[in-house]
Amino acid sequence: MTSLKINGKEYVVDASADMPLLWVIREQCGLTGTKFGCGIAQCGACTVHIDGQPVRSCITPAISAEGKNITTIEGIAPDKNTLHIVQQAWIEEQTPQCGYCQSGQIMSAVALLNENPSPTDEEIDAAMSGNICRCGMYSRIKSAIHRASASLQTSNTL
Amino acid sequence: MKKWTRRAFIGAGVLAGGTLVIGIAIRPGNRSSKVAGLIASEGETVMNIWLKIAPDNTVTAIIPHAEMGQGVHTALAMMLADEMDADWSKVTFQEAPADKEYANFTLLKGFVAGNATFPKFIEETIDGVFLTAVKSLNFQITGGSASVRFTGQQAMRIAGAAAKSMLLQAAADTWKVPTEELTAKNSIISHASSKRSATFAELAPAAAKVNIPKQPKLKSPEEFTLMGTSQPRFDIPAKVTGEAKFGMDVQVPGMKYATIKAAPVFGSKVKSLDTTVSSSQQGVKKILNLGDAVAVIADGYWQAKTALDALPIEFEATENSGLNQAEIMDRYRKAMDADLADGNLEKHFKDGDATKALEQAAILVEAEYQLPFLAHATMEPMNCTAWVHEGKCEIWCGSQNPLGVKAAAAELLEIDIDKVTVHNQLLGGGFGRRSETDVMTQAILIAKEVDFPVKLIWSREEDTQHDVYREATISRMKAGLDQSGLPIAYTHQFIFKHHPPEAADIPYTIPNQLIQYSSPASFVPWGNWRSVDHSTHGFLTESFIDELAHTAKKDPFAYRKTLTKDNLRFQRVLDLVYEKSNWGAPLPANWGRGVAIAQSFGSIVAEVAEVEVSVEGKVKVHRVVCAVDPGFAIHPDGFIAQMESGIIYGLAAAMTGEITIENGAVAQSNFHNYPVTRMNEAPKIETYIINSGNPPGGAGEPSTPVIAPAVTNAIFDATGIRIRQLPISKNDLRASILPST
Ligand code: FES
Ligand code: FES
Repeated sequence: MTSLKINGKEYVVDASADMPLLWVIREQCGLTGTKFGCGIAQCGACTVHIDGQPVRSCITPAISAEGKNITTIEGIAPDKNTLHIVQQAWIEEQTPQCGYCQSGQIMSAVALLNENPSPTDEEIDAAMSGNICRCGMYSRIKSAIHRASASLQTSNTL
Repeated sequence: MKKWTRRAFIGAGVLAGGTLVIGIAIRPGNRSSKVAGLIASEGETVMNIWLKIAPDNTVTAIIPHAEMGQGVHTALAMMLADEMDADWSKVTFQEAPADKEYANFTLLKGFVAGNATFPKFIEETIDGVFLTAVKSLNFQITGGSASVRFTGQQAMRIAGAAAKSMLLQAAADTWKVPTEELTAKNSIISHASSKRSATFAELAPAAAKVNIPKQPKLKSPEEFTLMGTSQPRFDIPAKVTGEAKFGMDVQVPGMKYATIKAAPVFGSKVKSLDTTVSSSQQGVKKILNLGDAVAVIADGYWQAKTALDALPIEFEATENSGLNQAEIMDRYRKAMDADLADGNLEKHFKDGDATKALEQAAILVEAEYQLPFLAHATMEPMNCTAWVHEGKCEIWCGSQNPLGVKAAAAELLEIDIDKVTVHNQLLGGGFGRRSETDVMTQAILIAKEVDFPVKLIWSREEDTQHDVYREATISRMKAGLDQSGLPIAYTHQFIFKHHPPEAADIPYTIPNQLIQYSSPASFVPWGNWRSVDHSTHGFLTESFIDELAHTAKKDPFAYRKTLTKDNLRFQRVLDLVYEKSNWGAPLPANWGRGVAIAQSFGSIVAEVAEVEVSVEGKVKVHRVVCAVDPGFAIHPDGFIAQMESGIIYGLAAAMTGEITIENGAVAQSNFHNYPVTRMNEAPKIETYIINSGNPPGGAGEPSTPVIAPAVTNAIFDATGIRIRQLPISKNDLRASILPST
């Protein structure tokens, strides 16, 4: 038995040495916002944060995250009634199409903005090109990141 | 069976149990109570199978299409609410249950009839014939870019308008005033002079008794209040919080997980299976030999996958086991040669005498093109959850064809169709792939061996190697030009014709034409791939016309305009893309510009691509300008998103998309060897819409066929190299670009 801390909550899970975090999160913890897309770190759909760093949960053994803070899409909003600035920007830009890639996109975008609150187009490309969107919503994702970045500036200067 | 008439299109009734129903139904005879029972909850009034009004005055649109990101729920609800003059803030939607009453006959009618508008007098007959056909086909699919075009135009709007007219009549009868003095706005009917008003909900019971209008009057575009605006989409908020439920996310109490490995060579069977090692692996519940596939059921996907990977499975060799891509193309080529020699080519279109005209032409242009198989690679790998218990079957999946799933399950299990329930979920991409029922069939075969629900998940590898593929093709084209460079003859021989039937037609005025095709045997499963046959013919026609323009030493843009001069819609779209793309303005060295235009699914799309080819031969698409005449864009922002999506999807295919067969099996397996467009490769896209007032065209597919030729035509402009074989990555462009000194 392994104990994992996800979105501030403790979960006791049954993970073999090689079992990826993705399947533990989805099947044992019931947090299905994190998606399976490829299983080989090619698409970014499974992106979560471990101690604030974006990782591909499909190739990260669950036991390696023991004792660390894991954050999933369900855990980024400040509280139940407020969305994260990035989620808000995603709605304003009407970004998702089918939506399947978007949890991973948002997790990558949050990590980017934490590091670099006002990224350029090139910096966004560099940080986001590991996340595939088969619906091709790249320009909206980019605009949403710029929008979130702008609201970060305003909220910081308040 | 009751005779179907147009009149039955609109009908009414009262539900057993006292629930008040006003029905506007697409059905023969009076079966409204069954449908009402499926969708109405306590205290709600069913206006018709397309809408219901609750006591709190909310209007719910019942939508028989799956949401795969095209915003169909929002757009169709807007069409209904606009005609009804409903308060948009109180409009919601519900996806129609997979039931025959919703069989999407409007869609099938559209498919078969192409863009033809029926003369009124034959409409009744056609409806009758098609309704029967649709019922037997179990057709409720989301595809063919059809939801807005057919369901929206022919069902949602009519339902909304009929409901409004009935509510107005009810108010007029109650207040004893003429209907002309009444106004409907924001879900309230008012009579100005007597200062009376009532909500839709208050009037609904009285409206139930009103005679139903046979041909409710629809609004003209100037009267639209919602159609043509971009309302926030219903489906978006849940998609940013992780709450949105896709097929992959279904959780049923007691559920276990399964994964599967089908015979790598299509049509092959399991020869031997040694289960000794894997059966004892931790968490493994059952190992199943399904004949053409092996499945493992376990406590979780990872356990199932680990056990499956460790299983020694031998598959039988088939006649195709040694087959490679080159031989497949060779066979196709030979089949075409043989058909040509024997006079067995099938006719697609003939006008004049193309063979003779070719002989008389001043200049002859000839080209052979080749296109690869393509996989869909939806973002969400295939999956389906099934539970077979007590003679019933429950299925959870994201399907473009839930009714087809239901029928397939009933047939497979030999149970009554009413014993099958399909819980349709959001689709993580459809693109045609999710109109198939293969995965559901597997899930049922697995679930029927155990007494608990099973979620079958395909690995990405399985998804790539057991797709239904866009056909690989070979095409031969010839044209004869006169002294002035204009074409006087055109011949085209291609292989495989699926649908839409008009895909190989050309929009250009050429007097003598002969378009023919062969249908060679193919063991690679075929499936609808975004824009279907337009995905090949868009590239073929638009590449070849570009070749003709360059041979004639004409500007490719002007050439297209000359050859479509009687087609006003084409002219306008071309003019718009010309202006917005700054056609003719100077570009940096090694850059090029290309144009392409096509009509598909009722929309006309022109795209201009700007590309750069590097010294290393690498192609970068910087900008795509897209001009489109969809007749009328119901939801402009959603429409633009669909254009962008179709462009990126088609671009991925054009640049690197290629499925090849090696030893009878698909060689590619995941995104590392079936690469798709990523953010750093995505061009800047600008979309401009012309609302021409023509019947609404499709949104999901029409931008896809045009992008490949726009890009390859631009590559020709930059390098002088004509790309006749896709993907572009197969072509060596290095030699064309000289390092600048
Ligand atoms: S599922 Fe992890 S990167 Fe694709
Ligand atoms: S929104 Fe569908 S894959 Fe990104």
